[in-house]
Amino acid sequence: MHADRPPPMVLSMPPTSPSGGSFASLWRLKTYVRPYRWQMLLMFAVALGGTLVGVAVPLLTKAVVDGPLRHGERGELWQLGLYALLFGLAEAVLILARRLTLATTALGIEKDLRDQLYAHLQRLDVGFHDSWQSGQLVARMTSDISAIRRFLGFALIFLVVNSVTFAVVGVLLIVIHPLLGGLVVVLSLPLSYVIFKYERVYRRQIRAVQDQQGEVATDVEESALGIRAVKAFGRAGFLTERYLAKSRELRGLQLTQIKTLAEIWALIIAQPQAVLALVVLGGGAAVADGTLTLGTLIAFISLYLLLIWPIESMGWLLAASQEANTAAERVFEVLDARPRIRGSSHGHAAGQARVTERTRPDAADGAGDAEPRLVFEHVDFSYPVALDRSSGTPILTDVNLRLAAGETVALVGPTGCGKTTLTALVPRLYDVTGGRVLLDGTDVREMSLTGLRARVACAFEDPTLFSASVRENLVLGRPEASAAQVEEALRIAQAQFVHDLPWGLDTRVGEQGLSLSGGQRQRLALARAVLGRPPVLVLDDPLSALDVHTEGLVEQALRAVLAETTGLVVAHRASTVLLADRVALLGPHPSGGHTVTALGTHHELLTAEPAYRDLLSQSSDLVEEGV
Amino acid sequence: MTVLDTDTASPAAEPQAGDIPLDDWRGVAAEKADEISAGGGLFLRARSRRLLGSLLRPHRRALAWASCLIIVVTGAEMAGPYLVSVGIDSGIPAIRRGDWAPVGAAVSGILVTALAGSLLRLRFLKLAGRIGQDVVYDLRGRVFRQFQRLPIAFHERYTSGRVISRLTNDLDALGELVNASLDGLINAILNVAVIGVVLAVLDPGLSLFLLICLPALFLLLRWYTRGSRVAYRRTRETIAALIVHFVETLNGIRAVHAFRREPRNDAIFHELSADYKRANADAMRLMAWLMPGIKAIGAVMTAAVLIFGGFQVMDHALEVGVLTAYLLYLRRFFDPLQDLAMFYNSYQSATAALEKLSGVLEEEAGVPEPRQPVQLPRPVRGELRFEAVRFAYPRREQQSADGAAHPEKIVLPELDLTIPAGQTVALVGATGAGKSTLARLMCRFYDPDAGVARLDGIDLRDLGDGDLRSAVVMVTQENFLFTGTVADNIRFGRPDATDAQVEQAARAIGAHQFIAALPDGYATDVKKRGGRLSAGQRQLVAFARAFLADPAVLVLDEATSSLDVPSERLVQRALRTILAERTALIIAHRLSTVEIADRVLVMEGGRVVEDGAPAQLLGAATGRFVDMHSAWVDSLA
Repeated sequence: MHADRPPPMVLSMPPTSPSGGSFASLWRLKTYVRPYRWQMLLMFAVALGGTLVGVAVPLLTKAVVDGPLRHGERGELWQLGLYALLFGLAEAVLILARRLTLATTALGIEKDLRDQLYAHLQRLDVGFHDSWQSGQLVARMTSDISAIRRFLGFALIFLVVNSVTFAVVGVLLIVIHPLLGGLVVVLSLPLSYVIFKYERVYRRQIRAVQDQQGEVATDVEESALGIRAVKAFGRAGFLTERYLAKSRELRGLQLTQIKTLAEIWALIIAQPQAVLALVVLGGGAAVADGTLTLGTLIAFISLYLLLIWPIESMGWLLAASQEANTAAERVFEVLDARPRIRGSSHGHAAGQARVTERTRPDAADGAGDAEPRLVFEHVDFSYPVALDRSSGTPILTDVNLRLAAGETVALVGPTGCGKTTLTALVPRLYDVTGGRVLLDGTDVREMSLTGLRARVACAFEDPTLFSASVRENLVLGRPEASAAQVEEALRIAQAQFVHDLPWGLDTRVGEQGLSLSGGQRQRLALARAVLGRPPVLVLDDPLSALDVHTEGLVEQALRAVLAETTGLVVAHRASTVLLADRVALLGPHPSGGHTVTALGTHHELLTAEPAYRDLLSQSSDLVEEGV
Repeated sequence: MTVLDTDTASPAAEPQAGDIPLDDWRGVAAEKADEISAGGGLFLRARSRRLLGSLLRPHRRALAWASCLIIVVTGAEMAGPYLVSVGIDSGIPAIRRGDWAPVGAAVSGILVTALAGSLLRLRFLKLAGRIGQDVVYDLRGRVFRQFQRLPIAFHERYTSGRVISRLTNDLDALGELVNASLDGLINAILNVAVIGVVLAVLDPGLSLFLLICLPALFLLLRWYTRGSRVAYRRTRETIAALIVHFVETLNGIRAVHAFRREPRNDAIFHELSADYKRANADAMRLMAWLMPGIKAIGAVMTAAVLIFGGFQVMDHALEVGVLTAYLLYLRRFFDPLQDLAMFYNSYQSATAALEKLSGVLEEEAGVPEPRQPVQLPRPVRGELRFEAVRFAYPRREQQSADGAAHPEKIVLPELDLTIPAGQTVALVGATGAGKSTLARLMCRFYDPDAGVARLDGIDLRDLGDGDLRSAVVMVTQENFLFTGTVADNIRFGRPDATDAQVEQAARAIGAHQFIAALPDGYATDVKKRGGRLSAGQRQLVAFARAFLADPAVLVLDEATSSLDVPSERLVQRALRTILAERTALIIAHRLSTVEIADRVLVMEGGRVVEDGAPAQLLGAATGRFVDMHSAWVDSLA
């Protein structure tokens, strides 16, 4: 396919071998089918019943030809005609029953699978989401799961029913005429073999198509999310070309797949006709020499014609099965990905400081004797090698930092030194690769995730708002928040502008709602973080998009909040730094990555650390340097 | 206070704890975001049929050829029962006479038709597949281009999730129609038509029954059509809602985790997927009645033929072979009707999708390309002029979308402004003063409601997109990185740039150092949306991209907000050189920018309230800029 870009893979799970068990992924669906097993059974039974009733009609024809027509019995004809009607209607009723059951069953399984996929994705760690394009995931959530539904609702049923039909009709044919019947059955065997060979090719092709569909969806997503950049640079043409190139590739893959399917199909439809010719020849001879009645031959042929559909349909049934199989494979790839970040099951409830041996006193750290609330102990971090083949590159190396309860520490360092990464370790968006992070003496990895995250509130540099009301966006983490608390949070973040929105706090914001300016979004994100006064507050450059006036007001209010909470604040500006009691300066570690190179108050560092001065002194040095 | 009052009480009557009702979470949309068209169903259907027609028209010949093929195939297939009856009716008596020729002829006939049918069907399937793929590819391109053409304002209300939904799920629905159904359709129509004729010829009397069952079929189909149209429309809408929520969750996963939104999201998703399930179930239930309905009609017909045909045989008015053939053909008449129903089902589903897609395609570009673009004189000087420009959100055309009057927020009441070529202008002012709006008007992300924005004296609306974009480039605080390498992303500004030029641009704005330190340097994959780069690094890449694009006018909207001070300093140093011969519009809350500006504009309520060289404004004893500047100096501490 496209050798230059391998499809994203969760590397924590074994790559699915293309030669693996042919319907292994389908078999795994049984867990999802189990709750609907009675409905499924009903559908099988009803479908089978419908087919058998369908078989009865030609038998009736035979009965009519051999019976009343030969003997001229009118009454008997009426009776048989009535049977034909009843059988026909029964077949209709059975189809109705099957399709009605289908509507709830297949759709129910589909919904369960989809809901579970979503729930699972939500709980997969950020590292997973970094490496998976959402376009690929959307394709799995929609078309793949729909393919599975179609399989369970139709293909599976008819694979079984057609096999049974084939067996029943085959037996009937043998009973009617052993020689001809046996011939018919035997002649279907080579066909099965050829189909089987084709199907293996087909499976690889269908998987390629599905993967490419995900690629195309990813391009679509990117073009929509990046529309501003595209417009700003007038690169719609470039993006369209790229998209069309991928679409052309998809088209090519689909054509290959269609070609294979067409060949299978052509083969399949030719076979029963050829057999039919033999039946007419042999049957005609048998009737001629009197070993077969005419009525029996007609019944035989009518019955045989009943087999044509089950045989012909094998083509698309198997195709649908393959499609569902690879679709299931793709869905299970996601469902099999284990969240690398999980709460401890015997999780320590939040707030219960564990009484362990006192953590080792740390040299690099000047915190007082007070029980530290948040401790970074020899923390290393590098992006998982598996996710990034070129990685293992350390981001953070041996970071030691202690924050006393109520203390606020600012993180300062040059662009790309891992400040944001360090803050992400606290709510466990990522896990340390070495050392540990302790909250109230407990390793954050030993706490329950909800407990931990209830105690740590974050405001990210990129203020994510969801398509929901302002209120919903604010109380995101704390649905129990009172109106007064919301009001207070809005005040702290200087976000009272929400009251001027068309519907106040009920106004929908986010992508599907009113668009807010960068500064407004940042203030809402800040309000969300400070809501309910969380014990630990992690703020990543929380004021970058604010104008100086608003920034001043926010700082003032934030200072009061931070006085009572433990805060970790990423700062690029002196004004933000001043929110903190102490400053941790991040710089290069001798053995790679970054670490805390200096710790102290703003003024201490200003005097003692040239690097710090360089980072924060915003003097008019351009003029001084005479550039 | 009446009971009614409590229901409509203000939001201050806070719901307690976790029991916020599930349907409340969305909030009230300020703009009707949903669908574009307000017209009735009739209009929608006509529109989607028109689209389908325009998609199929280029394939007329191929379709005609495919139809010929399938006609022959169908003919071959239908010959089967006839040849069988020939084999039986005239072959068997002949064998009894020792003459194998008639049976031999019938058998070879069956074999030949089987072979021909199979080969031609192979040919047909490939051809039909190609037509189908071409149609989908054609539509893909059209819809994608249209989305790219539609203005920012459209995308702001349409959402990326819905774009994805249109270009994946809705297209798939069409794909299913054209892929699987073309042969089904032609096959079925032919079968029904030809077999209808054959039946009529075989025995006109028996065929009267057919005439009786036609009205029943018609009524059944009409009932189905009405219901399924509504149901399928709902499936399109509900799957879109599902995708929108799904994408939003994935893109905001950090916030989802950090704020423990998983359970609530689960509840919302369950609700949305239940809606989708219900819509699908409705469609399937209609189908559940349609198919057996046809079957039942067929059963009545078969029984009637059996009985009355039987009587005729007894009366020697009919051959046994003819009756058998008639019954065989009859089944072949009703089976294709089932196929036809299946096709119709796909068609209804695809029509609902096409309604949505044609809506997108017929959406007028709010910021249209000029019919006859004016050539921008080269070299571009970069003089900007706003003449009595008025702008308000939301735009008027959106306002009428759901009939409700929305509060219109005037951002720029009437702005007159000239920025001479080569000038560097700093725009300052509080949030909501209209700075970003001005910048976006300059880039023609929006068009003014009244007045004109000009570049080198030419109305922006008269400039071709290519011309405008090569002349005016904007860098914002949202720096979107595309999949690919760092170099790819920088080159986004100028696709034909060499590696050396890319590196030079990165060096010029001080991004080279960090890029060189990345695992693969410029070839480092930025991962999903640049996830592996910090916000500051992304901003530097975006700067390099803009610098490489080499525009005459550079618009910077809070473009340095995520940079640390040294990086910002580097960027500003670079800007001095870069902006020397360019026009620049710089919006920044941090007034450090002002140092490189020739002119400062202080905006308030959409008006320029102070205008002058930085030194001049700072020299004044009082004034907004003086206040701002001193506040800023204080903040530096």
